[in-house]
Amino acid sequence: MAQHKVNYTQDGGLPVALTSIDKIVNWGRSNSLWALTYGLACCGIEMMASGASRFDFDRYGTIFRASPRQADVMIVAGTLTKKHAEFIKRLYDQMTEPRWVISMGSCANTGGMFNTYATVQGVDRIIPVDLYLPGCAPRPETLQYGVMLLQKKIRANHASKAQKAKRLM
Amino acid sequence: MRAYTPKDDVQAKSYYTDRYYVSPQVPKQDVESDAVFAADLAAIKAKFEVKEAFIQVKQMVVYIQASDIYGVLELMRDELEYTQLTEMSAIDWLAKDNTFEIFYQMLSMNKRKRIRIKYFINKGQAVDSVEKLFRCADWSEREMFDMFGIEANGHPFMKRILMPYDWQGNPLLKTYPLEGDEFAAWYEVDKIYGKEAREAIGPEIRDTARVDRYDSGRFARLGYEVPKGTEITDDMEKTEQSYQEDGGVFLIKKFDKSSSVIVDDPQR
Repeated sequence: MAQHKVNYTQDGGLPVALTSIDKIVNWGRSNSLWALTYGLACCGIEMMASGASRFDFDRYGTIFRASPRQADVMIVAGTLTKKHAEFIKRLYDQMTEPRWVISMGSCANTGGMFNTYATVQGVDRIIPVDLYLPGCAPRPETLQYGVMLLQKKIRANHASKAQKAKRLM
Repeated sequence: MRAYTPKDDVQAKSYYTDRYYVSPQVPKQDVESDAVFAADLAAIKAKFEVKEAFIQVKQMVVYIQASDIYGVLELMRDELEYTQLTEMSAIDWLAKDNTFEIFYQMLSMNKRKRIRIKYFINKGQAVDSVEKLFRCADWSEREMFDMFGIEANGHPFMKRILMPYDWQGNPLLKTYPLEGDEFAAWYEVDKIYGKEAREAIGPEIRDTARVDRYDSGRFARLGYEVPKGTEITDDMEKTEQSYQEDGGVFLIKKFDKSSSVIVDDPQR
């Protein structure tokens, strides 16, 4: 005997939900944001904590992937050195459209306390950034809030229209 | 460290003393005051020329000739039981007399003693590699090459170790600016996008503490978020940010603050 019965009396008697293409595509995109594992420094620890059981990113459909080709969002968690700058560009280019970037923490936002010759003063000098998270390091709650804001941003787009590719220049 | 001055009557008198206080040198003792060091120094002196030797903070410092370094370290490792090279690098004295001071910190676990071998080289002069004696010198000499530009003759892989291979400049030189020269400032832009992208991307913003609450293009004030480009005034209404849109999200239950529980106890 089935435990869960379909209530055929609601929604005009059909087990059907009507919506628009925009909404269903954006629903899919925003609720399966696969993130590229990109812990560069101590912010990476907070990012890992966000993925682990206490904060549990899986609830958002955010699952960390080890390959940029399977990822939708790049969470730049940590200090980007100038030596590494070319690789972040290469990884970003390998991600498929549509793609988003979260810059996590002071170092990724502005270079942070590393006001030196060897640190990129903000990842937005290399790749376009959708969301900046303040903090040193941001708490996992901040990252969760950031992902929720990113979901909101994705839902605001028209998925049926061809999206303009994001370019830094 | 700067000399300590009592601060209780600091406003009564001129606070200015010596801005660039030079701390007194740690006193040097004669090598003869320690029997183990005296014997070691005698063994080195028997084969090599020693310019100066003294004991400072229980460690012997020996100045030798630059060309003798391989022989001295070999003698110390094989005969004097100084089996470990714990650290080596250079000190920049270019401003003073156009020289580098190279030091090799040696440790003997048997004797429980440390000896620092030092010598001076001129700018542009190469040192002899001791990588064949101590494997750890491999990376130390590469770091010295990276940071000071001092090459080591006989090193198997004389390349930069920390900075990228195509880097220009030696960051640990006293003349190198902390925030980098022009090459460093544009390194990632030049490499990834090319020199013509400099104008589009713009110079580095080095004042990371700068926050302009009236600049809605670059900054968002928590609780007062407005669209980009909005003119910000002092008497703005606080805006409540919600996680979800007013109409709710397709297939997702609308978040309701009143029906949710806030857990305050962190030890739940």
